[in-house]
Amino acid sequence: MTDPKILPDVETLAARISDGAKLAIFKDNGVAMEATRALIRRGARDLHIVTVPTSAFQAELMVAAGIVGTIETSGVTMWELGQASAFVRAVRTGAVRILDSTCPAIYSQIQAGEKGIPFIPIRGLIGSDILTVRDDYKVIDNPFGPNDEADPIVALPAIRPDVALFHAPKADRAGNVFVGGQLELKTIAHAALKSYVTVEEIVEDSLMEDEGSGGVTIPAMYITGIALAPKGAWPLPMPGYYPGDIDYLVRYCQAARSEQGLAAWLASEGLGPRAAPQGGSRMRTAAE
Amino acid sequence: MSDYRTEELLIEVIARLLDGVENIAVGVLSPIPGSAAILAQSRAGGPENVRVSVIGAKLPGYRTDGGIDLFDQAAQGRLGAFFLSGGQIDGAGNINLLGVGDYPGAEARWSGSFGSAFLYSLVPRVILFREEHTPRTLVEKVDFISAAGSNAPNVYRPGGPHALVTNRCLFMFDKARGRFRLESVHPGESVESVRDNTGFDFECPAEVPETPAPDAATLKAIRQDIAPKIADPYPKFAAEVLGYTAPGRAAE
Repeated sequence: MTDPKILPDVETLAARISDGAKLAIFKDNGVAMEATRALIRRGARDLHIVTVPTSAFQAELMVAAGIVGTIETSGVTMWELGQASAFVRAVRTGAVRILDSTCPAIYSQIQAGEKGIPFIPIRGLIGSDILTVRDDYKVIDNPFGPNDEADPIVALPAIRPDVALFHAPKADRAGNVFVGGQLELKTIAHAALKSYVTVEEIVEDSLMEDEGSGGVTIPAMYITGIALAPKGAWPLPMPGYYPGDIDYLVRYCQAARSEQGLAAWLASEGLGPRAAPQGGSRMRTAAE
Repeated sequence: MSDYRTEELLIEVIARLLDGVENIAVGVLSPIPGSAAILAQSRAGGPENVRVSVIGAKLPGYRTDGGIDLFDQAAQGRLGAFFLSGGQIDGAGNINLLGVGDYPGAEARWSGSFGSAFLYSLVPRVILFREEHTPRTLVEKVDFISAAGSNAPNVYRPGGPHALVTNRCLFMFDKARGRFRLESVHPGESVESVRDNTGFDFECPAEVPETPAPDAATLKAIRQDIAPKIADPYPKFAAEVLGYTAPGRAAE
């Protein structure tokens, strides 16, 4: 029996993610690229993306296609291929609002969301200008510190993403999702109000019954919708399935250096330009 | 004396800075620190004595339980050494990974601060590594402090800068003064060439020695033993710099 949360296709999944949603995405081996392209094709807008804790091509492409209003991140880079050009341009021109953070802060904020607590303290950060530009990050006195001695410590607000979106190796018919070594995906799914997942394959046997896979599987209760998407992380790698498509990413980086080159690249990939007017809209789609 | 590359000298310099550290983590885009960590591990007698985690490596021995685990290790004091860099590094040890000009990067915008604001405060021996040593990179004051070089005395701060390694010299960080001290200049450089290319003031002893070159045994270890290990996740570096191509992988 197939659980109704297994959706017919990636387009259906992307239609369920509302404009303006706070959308958590993952840094590496769990990147839902086909779903990202589907979000762009459906003309999503004004997303608030939270990169947990960084992002490469996924955030870059979302910004390039104009579907991001706010980006909350510790870093966006194409790593050894160079800078994320569309991200850099959008931040410098103010086309997207940036909330600069640091990796363990975002992880901790997601963990606070997972625990249902309003904030979480974290060591470090004091002296960093991140605290200057983030007025939602506060320095408090450790209430359990030694008497008569201030112990300043940073307090961070919890993050409960509206939606977590990621790609995983496999799901079963009951809607359990195997994440293997990508343990942070469990944390993200726990924190998010809804989790949409694309998978390389859907298996007939329960992933929960086997002790080996059960421990590295997200229970179906945290999963809102699943779509089958073979090669769904392409052009990024999916360990055990396929390597990254470096040539494709190099071609993207070259095209994205100029706005004209980027526009031509997006058009050739069927990802733009959008017909609708850009920016600032808070309209919701009827999808949810 | 055998010929060696600057990268091999830097591997030797960093490996010496790691002497005595039991748990070393190496972040992304760091083939030279990664090689140095594996060399330090080998000199200390192997993985039984020194644990090395190379982020991005698929080899099981170099993996952690993921990003959350790595930062938790740092916060608990389990991590002895880490590496950071900066688009700008200033004389007080502040580093800037974010951009130049008014926030968020009026003149240049880089990728972001990553884990620096946290790890710099908590890992006891943070080694700053920046090959380009010019007044553009080593500045009097950074435009944005991604991570601060020091804190007020009442701030919990077990970690911080230990040294700054560039392609011209080795600086050690004087925690009491909060400034760098010139420790040695690499072969071909001088105190003057270092001063001319540094945008900040630093302490300079009357006599500054030359950085010792890697000996023949070290070069052999780097090329024969370290190269195959750092080829995951840095195949290009292993091939182009250390002359190693993994079996079954065509040279590019």
